[in-house]
Amino acid sequence: MYSEELVVGWACRKVNRPVKWTSDRTEAFLADAHGRDHVAHAEMAMDKNGKFLAMRVNTTANLGAYLSTFATMVPSYLYAFLLAGQYSTPLIYSEVKAVFTNTAPVDAARGAGRPEATFLLERLVDVCAEDMGLDPAEIRRRNFIPVDAFPYQTPVVQCYDSGDYNAALDKALALADYEGFAGRAEEAKSRGKCRGIGLSSYVEACGIAPSAAVGQLGAGVGLWESAQVRFNPTGNVQVFTGTHSHGQGHETTFAQLVTEQLGVPIENIEVIHGDTSKTQFGMGTYGSRSLAVGGVAIAKACEKLIEKGKKIAAHALEAAEGDIEFADGNFAIAGTDKAMNIAEVAFNAYVPHSYPEGLEPGFDENAFFDPMNFSFPAGTHICEVEVDPDTGVVEIVKYSAVDDFGKLINPMIVEGQVHGGIVHGVGQALLEGCQYDSDGQLITASYMDYAMPRADNVPSFDVDYAPTNPPHNPLGVKGCGEAGAIGAPPAVINAISNALGIKHIDMPATPENVWRAAQTATS
Amino acid sequence: MNVNGESISGEVEDRMLLVEFLREHLRLTGTHVGCDTSQCGACVVHVNGVSVKSCTTLAVQAEGGDVTTIEGLAINGELHPMQQAFKDNHGLQCGFCTPGMVMSAIDIVNRNGSDVDEATVRKELEGNICRCTGYHNIVKAVHAGAKNMGG
Ligand code: FES
Ligand code: FES
Repeated sequence: MYSEELVVGWACRKVNRPVKWTSDRTEAFLADAHGRDHVAHAEMAMDKNGKFLAMRVNTTANLGAYLSTFATMVPSYLYAFLLAGQYSTPLIYSEVKAVFTNTAPVDAARGAGRPEATFLLERLVDVCAEDMGLDPAEIRRRNFIPVDAFPYQTPVVQCYDSGDYNAALDKALALADYEGFAGRAEEAKSRGKCRGIGLSSYVEACGIAPSAAVGQLGAGVGLWESAQVRFNPTGNVQVFTGTHSHGQGHETTFAQLVTEQLGVPIENIEVIHGDTSKTQFGMGTYGSRSLAVGGVAIAKACEKLIEKGKKIAAHALEAAEGDIEFADGNFAIAGTDKAMNIAEVAFNAYVPHSYPEGLEPGFDENAFFDPMNFSFPAGTHICEVEVDPDTGVVEIVKYSAVDDFGKLINPMIVEGQVHGGIVHGVGQALLEGCQYDSDGQLITASYMDYAMPRADNVPSFDVDYAPTNPPHNPLGVKGCGEAGAIGAPPAVINAISNALGIKHIDMPATPENVWRAAQTATS
Repeated sequence: MNVNGESISGEVEDRMLLVEFLREHLRLTGTHVGCDTSQCGACVVHVNGVSVKSCTTLAVQAEGGDVTTIEGLAINGELHPMQQAFKDNHGLQCGFCTPGMVMSAIDIVNRNGSDVDEATVRKELEGNICRCTGYHNIVKAVHAGAKNMGG
């Protein structure tokens, strides 16, 4: 929670009228939470075939000057528990030291902990590949958790429920024309450019989260989600969700979900969120949970409506409840053409002149959902760059992403989330960084100095999917909001390292950093 | 000045920014403010048919001019082809950058023609920041809008 939310509530009561908080951009840079900021040291032991035997990680995580909401969870259960990645490494040791400094608080930013874990691991895997003389795709393949090993208990708490990592890798390699890379690199060289290709095979834990699990980890809240699905007597439907949509398109996806469940035309459905005077308690939108947790709550409320609707329809149609079947918005007596539309059933529930004895009137149901496990989206992203060794400028020439999000309800919205996530990750890899001078003054307090990714920093993307079915999730969905931001940073940095033949470069890989690295590489 | 086809007059301080005049005096809040250093482009409007950042233009600089804001694009409830293209191509998520994006996009097409290439679109959108879409669908929308604007 941001302190201004409290201040605004306090101010409201003082002046007895609505109060709105607006910060200007510089205030936001100075006082909003920053993200990431780990220093980590990682080691991998391998056998002679490049099979991972054990990994040891020591991490120092900056919390900033004040403890904010998720600050300690980010480097612990969202980071250390993801260090197995897609690999069957049998032994993993992780030690995280959280430190206070004089920076702004460091808290969750898209991916929260999982980009840090993925970056560390996927960079380490590439260094391992180089040391072993193996192709980066090959070393990944040798160490992937095999598809028949799910559910897979990692050595770092998480138990992955489903995945097919080879499927995503194969598809991504084809999409990126990995085979043809050598030829493209050769051609680039003739123009004085260094071309590089980088893989990142990430897994994340989202759909946050089973309350029991986060309780054991010390969180002071339950992480269920809630929904209310209300028919009006006219047959229109209002869906109240405890999640919040600020661009994720819940209004569309949730309405689609209700259309699928109840057979109501999509234009008759209204999704209501974010107004505490209208909606029930909810936990909100973060950790790619809105559909995977909130969507399931909506589906459960729909199921309750169908159950109740069967009783109402049975009474009206003079049939036994057990003979009523529901499909495509109609309650029908099985094997006959006698049926009632769900809108008529709703009308009956509000005008219960002839109605099942003892049944409550109204057609309006609540549901809560607390997931049994996290969900585990995964995939392989491949980035191809061209580096100008004279200027250090990196151009991303091609970017291919193949993700496993389970079932897609609205592919257009999912793809939009992937695009946005990738550019968030590219920003982290190439451009963005909060810098303080030696007096503790933030010197990146405006868009003049804090470099955001712009349209000409990125290409258009090739996006595809390799879905598997998550058994824990009743809708078969895994969540997609953070994947791009998790997959992209190591893909970009692996590509730059590949282009220059170097083992290490810090993010952001600004032209200056890249130019310096290029000088050492050639000297 | 003329704002979205209506003639407007008012007394303003010399230092008042055009964006403040639009948002606070005329209540045309479709034009956004996303930064304080003329970097983000959320505030782009057209003055005499050319895109400007209204956060860095004084209201008095537009005196006597024709100002078009995002509110002035749709005609009788029918979206401008560029607005329609953003809608059709999922060119917005949170929508904060969108008014500025659409105004810039129209100017890009006006200057470069309806067969403007991707590299030009990306280069010329450099003054508009979007945190949500990754630009992919915005670029797609600009091309679709360009085609429709071309008739
Ligand atoms: S408000 Fe950011 S450029 Fe005008
Ligand atoms: S759609 Fe959110 S900033 Fe562009």
